[in-house]
Amino acid sequence: MVDRHPLFMPLILLGGLVFGFGLGFSHMARPEVVLNFLTFDDLGLLFVMFGGAIVAGLAFWIVPRIRSTAPLTGEPYGRRLKSFDRNVLIGGSIFGVGWGLSGICPGAAYASLGVGNVTILWAIAGMFVGAYVQGAFRGASTASQSATPADD
Amino acid sequence: MIAELLGAATVETLFPNGISRYAIGGVLVGLGTVLIYLGTGITAGASTFLESTLSYVSDRERFQQFRFVSSRDWRVVFALGIVGGAALYALTFQSGLVTSELYASGNGGELRDIGGVTIWLTDVQPWRLFLGGVFVGIGTRIGKGCTSGHGICGVGSVSRTSLVGVVTFLIVAIVTANLVAAAGVVP
Repeated sequence: MVDRHPLFMPLILLGGLVFGFGLGFSHMARPEVVLNFLTFDDLGLLFVMFGGAIVAGLAFWIVPRIRSTAPLTGEPYGRRLKSFDRNVLIGGSIFGVGWGLSGICPGAAYASLGVGNVTILWAIAGMFVGAYVQGAFRGASTASQSATPADD
Repeated sequence: MIAELLGAATVETLFPNGISRYAIGGVLVGLGTVLIYLGTGITAGASTFLESTLSYVSDRERFQQFRFVSSRDWRVVFALGIVGGAALYALTFQSGLVTSELYASGNGGELRDIGGVTIWLTDVQPWRLFLGGVFVGIGTRIGKGCTSGHGICGVGSVSRTSLVGVVTFLIVAIVTANLVAAAGVVP
């Protein structure tokens, strides 16, 4: 589909491996640990989130000052900036209900499968159902809004 | 130093499993993100995988957008990498093959030995996992990110949108988890 550098996929895989190992080692892949954090029984998870954000933040800050584009894709180095609207609050709140009920988020769910927790397939199935339901709902509403101009 | 400031007893209460496994794990999560960023310029989040993977099986316009179809193959590889990396942890530290003073094994859930490999299984009830998963799947897609997209990449980018997103889901999750616990739902 797209011509990619031969090292593109190996690097994605390596990044995923390190990312997943970290989620396992930190125990964030265990819903119990996340729930203990949210009920203030063990605040250690703060170090996972801030540790990860600081390491990523240093790279996002330093790398663009050294090089302008990424070697494997030619993409410009930038930061992850998304526009703000009320969806961030609505979606964030719905996400929070799910995270607080189950103790699981997407990346940690994939990692949980890796530590042998097959029970987490319930959560992964739920996430796909949720992503499909919102996609079907929003797709339909977007299509009806843009029906007239899209006819050209 | 933190221990001297707060007093050892307080630290013990707030961090009963210490902080080293959390901090090391967090740094590794960050490093995984950075490796991909260095080579590709991509700030990878974990939850777009849900919609981009649905594009393989659903013809709906929503999922057939270019941004999903053009990234779906590497997002599968990224997710499989996360599964594999966690499996490497399970084969080493979780199975006791490798030990370190910096790794506290923790409690909760069930450890089961299968042919020398220790797997871990959650005790959290399936209905909580499934229903929570549905909310997570809806919320992350409407809210433009999850704990890795907003929490790691967005906060690392000092994005105000992501900071607001993280504060929002953190507060709602804390309230939800405490309400569920107060209602006597365990585990």
